[in-house]
Amino acid sequence: MKLTIYGSRDFWAGLMLIGFGVLAVLIARDYPFGTTLRMGPGYFPSVLGGLLILGGLWVVVKGLRSGEQIEGSWSLRALIVVPLSLVLFGFLMERAGFIPALAVLILGSAAAGTEFNFVEVALLTLFLVALCVVVFIWGLGLPYPLFAEF
Amino acid sequence: MDLFDNLLFGFGVAFSLQNLIYCFIGVLLGTLIGVLPGIGPLATIAMLLPLTFNVGPVAALIMLAGIYYGAQYGGSTTAILVNLPGETSAVVTCIDGHQMARQGRAGPALAIAAIGSFFAGTVGTLLIALFGPPLAEMALKFASPEYFSLMLMGLVAAAVLAQGDMVKSLAMVVLGLLLGIVGSDVNTGIPRFSFGMAELTDGIGFIVIAVGVFAVGEIVTNLGEPTERRFLTAKIATLFPTREDLRRSLWPILRGTGIGAFFGVLPGTGPAIASFSSYMVEKKLAADPSRFGRGAIEGVAGPESANNADAQCKFIPMLTLGLPASGVMALMLGALTIQGIQPGPQVMTQKPDLFWGLVASMWIGNLMLVVLNLPLIGVWVRLLKVPYRLLFPAIMAFSAIGIYSVNNSPFEIYLTAAFGILGFLWIKLGFSPAPLLLGFVLGPMMEENLRRAMLTSHGNAAVFVTRPLSLAFIVATVLILLVMIAPAVRRRRDAITD
Repeated sequence: MKLTIYGSRDFWAGLMLIGFGVLAVLIARDYPFGTTLRMGPGYFPSVLGGLLILGGLWVVVKGLRSGEQIEGSWSLRALIVVPLSLVLFGFLMERAGFIPALAVLILGSAAAGTEFNFVEVALLTLFLVALCVVVFIWGLGLPYPLFAEF
Repeated sequence: MDLFDNLLFGFGVAFSLQNLIYCFIGVLLGTLIGVLPGIGPLATIAMLLPLTFNVGPVAALIMLAGIYYGAQYGGSTTAILVNLPGETSAVVTCIDGHQMARQGRAGPALAIAAIGSFFAGTVGTLLIALFGPPLAEMALKFASPEYFSLMLMGLVAAAVLAQGDMVKSLAMVVLGLLLGIVGSDVNTGIPRFSFGMAELTDGIGFIVIAVGVFAVGEIVTNLGEPTERRFLTAKIATLFPTREDLRRSLWPILRGTGIGAFFGVLPGTGPAIASFSSYMVEKKLAADPSRFGRGAIEGVAGPESANNADAQCKFIPMLTLGLPASGVMALMLGALTIQGIQPGPQVMTQKPDLFWGLVASMWIGNLMLVVLNLPLIGVWVRLLKVPYRLLFPAIMAFSAIGIYSVNNSPFEIYLTAAFGILGFLWIKLGFSPAPLLLGFVLGPMMEENLRRAMLTSHGNAAVFVTRPLSLAFIVATVLILLVMIAPAVRRRRDAITD
């Protein structure tokens, strides 16, 4: 088996930790650090950021030594489509209303899967939208317009 | 006696019609998601949290708790019948439970699982009632150094005992603490890590992270894995265990309950560790260990009692100290905070109806589960045939509505999407996300107590080791770290969790 740094799980895991740590320390520099007696708002985050960098370095070294690879398969389509349909839901809630937003979300996330049957998904969307209107709008009384006025 | 007065009071609260209904909804939902693989109690509770705003803290907590322990029951049903653990805690139950089912003894296996769970649940409830008040009383004497050391111990223990790499789990705790800092600083009002966005000055919503990582992130991960489903549904002839079954199960149930209760109060140990340990113990103690793996009823009775005792006892540190011992408990704390209740030892004295009502409802809920599960097993098994491709769009819909309903803010939806992507990355890179949630919940409290402790001690860090209780927590933290670094223990832990 060919081991590469590109597939090394802990190498990337460590880099991510270091990234978050550096970000935290850099941003926290803008806040008063204070003293140990009177800790300023920058104190705690700086310490945490430092800890993250240390932990990240440890994990990177471990990754380079063990060479353990990232496991399992993953779907780029799901990674893009699922969050995107959530974003569309948020965007449409104020502009188009509850039903269009929800329908887009359900259709969108269903399209992220590998097995996509149009008739089945259409029926599922109808069923779920109806269920949500009954439960959330009529039952729990959430104050959202079903369709926004244009 | 105080205990009985308190319990009676609790039953009075739990037996109100509203609370009974919420308890029932909780255990029903819990069983449902326990049966369905791919959706766990964490995601469900996160999803439903916003909907509990209007029902009051007692009913909300009763329902959320019901989801949690109901899931343990549902998970074992599918483990026995179709060799598919609905929850991780039921993995061991598959070994002997499904073998029993293949030998036509599914009924007794299910019955013993239910009896064991019910017994363990009852003991767990009693333990909370017994140890809750003295623990809370002790905690009331805590000052900020004790709180800081206690939280440190809890977080370290949770990270160290969690599955997977220790350093990575600790890093997740730290990352969670950092995320908890986002928002206005309590002392100076300076908005920290808000990136100039007004929406972030109030901090990141707890539900946003929970749903983002545990519902959306899970879905993205699951969709990447190839789908695999098999059905080997066993027939149920009779539900009743024989006299011999009962005799064999008695001690495993008692031992399993003890093991589960022990692991239950330890932070970070999921129910999987409790049930695995119980299985190991039963196998070691058995006169004929070769029966294990071929349908030994002890292998069902012990682990099933252990995981339920564990689930119940996880409430002890959460209710009395305000310290979450697992991801689900962090969510419960979040639910309390959302309801305007400051978690901690004062909950018991200021909100006795909440504490005792919840304790009593757990016993009632366990009883409901026995009644609900045994006669309705056929229904639950049929539910298994709902494919994931129909399930996950529904989860997305409920999650999105739940988050939006908190603040009517599209921004929080966008943030959830971002945490979904992060959650996926974390899972793929081998991080366990539950410690992150613990850090996030405890972050603000921990910083607050650290600053206060340093202020009152005039900047002398020795305050953490000169106060006896605080010293005890620090020593315990160091011990936990040392023990886990010891190679022998690490090997054994990896063998158990693998």
